[in-house]
Amino acid sequence: MKCFGIDNVPERGGAMLVGNHSGGLPVDGGMVLASLFFARDLPRHATGMVEKFAGNWPFVSEWFSRVGQLPGLPEHALRLLQDGRLLMIFPEGARGTGKLFKDRYRLVQFGTGFMRIALQTGAPIVPFAFIGGEEALPTIYHAKTLAKIVGAPYWPVPPYLVPFPLPLGCEIHYGKPMHFPGTGREPDEVIEGYVEQVKSVVKLLVLRGCALHRQRTDGTFAQEPEDSSSGSSSAAPSSTSGPTDTDSEP
Amino acid sequence: MKILITGINGAHARMVALRLRARGDEILGIDRRPWPDAPEGVHVFQTDVRKRPAADVFRQHRPDVVIHMATITHFTASAEERLRINLHGTRLVFEYCHEFGVKQAVFVGRHTIYGAAPDAPLYRTEEEPPLAVSTFPELADLVAADLFAAAALWRWPGLKTAVLRMVYMLGPTHRGTLASFLAGPRVPTILGFDPLYHFMHDEDGVEAIVRAVDHQLSGIYNVAGPPPVPLSTLARGTGRQPIPIPEPLFKYSAGRFGLPYLPPGAVAHIKHPIVVDATAFRRATNFEHKHDAHAVMVSFRES
Repeated sequence: MKCFGIDNVPERGGAMLVGNHSGGLPVDGGMVLASLFFARDLPRHATGMVEKFAGNWPFVSEWFSRVGQLPGLPEHALRLLQDGRLLMIFPEGARGTGKLFKDRYRLVQFGTGFMRIALQTGAPIVPFAFIGGEEALPTIYHAKTLAKIVGAPYWPVPPYLVPFPLPLGCEIHYGKPMHFPGTGREPDEVIEGYVEQVKSVVKLLVLRGCALHRQRTDGTFAQEPEDSSSGSSSAAPSSTSGPTDTDSEP
Repeated sequence: MKILITGINGAHARMVALRLRARGDEILGIDRRPWPDAPEGVHVFQTDVRKRPAADVFRQHRPDVVIHMATITHFTASAEERLRINLHGTRLVFEYCHEFGVKQAVFVGRHTIYGAAPDAPLYRTEEEPPLAVSTFPELADLVAADLFAAAALWRWPGLKTAVLRMVYMLGPTHRGTLASFLAGPRVPTILGFDPLYHFMHDEDGVEAIVRAVDHQLSGIYNVAGPPPVPLSTLARGTGRQPIPIPEPLFKYSAGRFGLPYLPPGAVAHIKHPIVVDATAFRRATNFEHKHDAHAVMVSFRES
């Protein structure tokens, strides 16, 4: 895994990391957490806002609890930010990890709750793009019956049937922190406008990240970006390709 | 100060009584059970809080403060009995407090009324709704009692009412809900779940109740001691063996194989945490616990 722009994550104080989901399972979240630990001189721990259904799953619930991840509730987000903690948000939610491979790297609808909490707490938003997850765990089909049985919103089925990520190189691209004025009590139109700005930046980071990732894996990459990298670089081939059109909405 | 304690024969209520007596308060007590060797200065009236003699205690002795601890949490009592004592008893005690000029009433409740659920906030503040009515229906009587006590805050503003939602009390007394759960050598857990358990030492719990009286507290407060620990840690720390049981088999194992009996609603409380934010109480009373989680577990194990 490589990460770029890690210096954009504040060294201390509350902040929200907001990015795209990539891959059929939320392992991208684990890699973001790892980047904050291993790519920084001063490691930070971020808390993810976990989908509520995971709390009912044996072992999964225990695992999230053990690694300091909490159910995605406004109460948790507020408390953590007020305590000066880092929050990891995927505003696409389960819609993001549920994307099929044909829709890879196309952002779906962003929730707006995170923006109101950012305004309420004055926390900066650090956008990021996660690249490579779509290839590491491509979803070609949703097993709806199985999902219903286990209480999940979807069950990803990759070409190799078992939903387990392949050992492919992934990248995280952190963007500059974004600050928005307000109290969190603004009308929906204002909040949606702010969210759209964040989404646009994430989309740009995704496009840029996909291009750089493609160059790197094709061996045509001439110059590293200005940012740091973490972990071992992956030489595994990848078929990363960005969205084929400019409109990322489904 | 003249202080009446209902349910005075409970282990924790006795500790409160002795603590207040030792510093010079006059203690009255109401309980169905006798306290034959009650120390001097502690007057126990053996009656039910729902009976007329209990009203006479209020009428004749006019206590300044009432600490209401006459509630039951164990499930060996029938649902009807629990409802009669927990809800109807609480209603009558608060009506007597109002009628007979009591200055402060302290209701000693439980944090379990918040209920355990996968989508509940980790830290429960006093504003949180009591989810236990749906997640643990067998606790409905305690939820109702808590809410009824809290209603006194607006029904009778002249009566200072403190509703304390206390985490589990654990320690040398071996009394209380959590102590009963940990009574045997094996502790059942749900396979794949290891929730945080929030508890405090018996003595810290008693100190908190006394502080609520000293500060003439009025309002609803969560009361907690040290940070919570996972159930598996609690079991091992108290010298018990955690036995993970797949959830579908849990109801068949309760009360068998040396495991404690638990009603069906208790499953949620073994799967998910109930942790409270006790900041408001600490600020209001300067309360600090003296026993950390390890000390609490050791005191329970070694007594």
